[in-house]
Amino acid sequence: MALPSLDSPQWQTSFRAFLWGARSIGATVLTLVLFATYLGIGALAHDSGFSLGWTLASTAFVWAGPAQIIVITTLGSGATVLQSAIAVTVSAIRLFPMVVSVLPLMRTEQTKRRHLILVAHLTAVTLWVECYRFLPQVPRNRRIAFIHGLGLGLVSVCLIANTIGYALAANLTPLLAAGMLMLTPLAFLFSTARNCRELADVIALVLGLLLFPLAAMLNSGVDILVSGVAAGTIAYAVHRARAGIVRARA
Amino acid sequence: MTGFIGDWHALAILFVAGVIPNQIWRMLGLWFGGGIDENSELLVWVRAVATAILAGIIAQIVVQPPGALASVPDWLRYSAVAAGFVAFLLARKSIFAGVIVGEVVVIAGKYWLG
Repeated sequence: MALPSLDSPQWQTSFRAFLWGARSIGATVLTLVLFATYLGIGALAHDSGFSLGWTLASTAFVWAGPAQIIVITTLGSGATVLQSAIAVTVSAIRLFPMVVSVLPLMRTEQTKRRHLILVAHLTAVTLWVECYRFLPQVPRNRRIAFIHGLGLGLVSVCLIANTIGYALAANLTPLLAAGMLMLTPLAFLFSTARNCRELADVIALVLGLLLFPLAAMLNSGVDILVSGVAAGTIAYAVHRARAGIVRARA
Repeated sequence: MTGFIGDWHALAILFVAGVIPNQIWRMLGLWFGGGIDENSELLVWVRAVATAILAGIIAQIVVQPPGALASVPDWLRYSAVAAGFVAFLLARKSIFAGVIVGEVVVIAGKYWLG
């Protein structure tokens, strides 16, 4: 699907721009990945004993796959509300740089902060990636409407996927149910691997995978936090050390 | 309708443990966004920790599997991830290829084991 050219009359109203945004969910393979992920989250929520309404509310109001999975797996395995909240808080830090980097792409001189609240809410890894891809093809004064369309379109796809996944988990054979639960780690692993921009990101990913089983032996309730902060800090230290070497050579 | 919502207590917990801790960062980004360089050293560390936490979540589901996935033997789950990763690399970082191959290994393996 190709978007209209920048000077096309198609961009004259915000509503049209919104529709073009919503239609663009069909133009990205990431929609398929999101669908698979949220199919898995629906199944996970079912098998962890949460209601369908709860699952849909988590998708609409949290709108961040990893945070949703943390809440479901930690609460489902008996962690306290505080332990879950801490793990989610730390995992969600990554949304901060995403929002910071995405908003300047659509700000104009007339833009007020409140115009950007829904965009900030919709910002998650998929939208963040797609902003860089789509927005250069959208006139600046229509970008907010376009992103509202794209973001709400993606949320709708995920709500449908949740419902299907939830229903399937209740009715599938154990074989296929196991396959569906496997979708989440696979989709996350490869989309994270694809997003690695620097050496620090690669080391963080690999060490994060390897350190979790060690941290889990502590049985602290915040094992994910322990392994995450440790692996991330080591990755950052390597990044610093390497930058130091490069500078020394220069 | 009670079946759809479940209990309200669980919904309240969702907001305290899931929605607020998550949204706080988006709203901080909206509020303070202007003055921060996306490539600053602090954000490199933040991104590394966030990536490692995500990796930890992935590992948790594979190592301590929930529900129906627990019926798949350890070695088969690890093989599926490894095979998927090889496919991901061979297909020039295609997420789709990685997921499909991983799924085929897990489902075919479990089917074959009975």
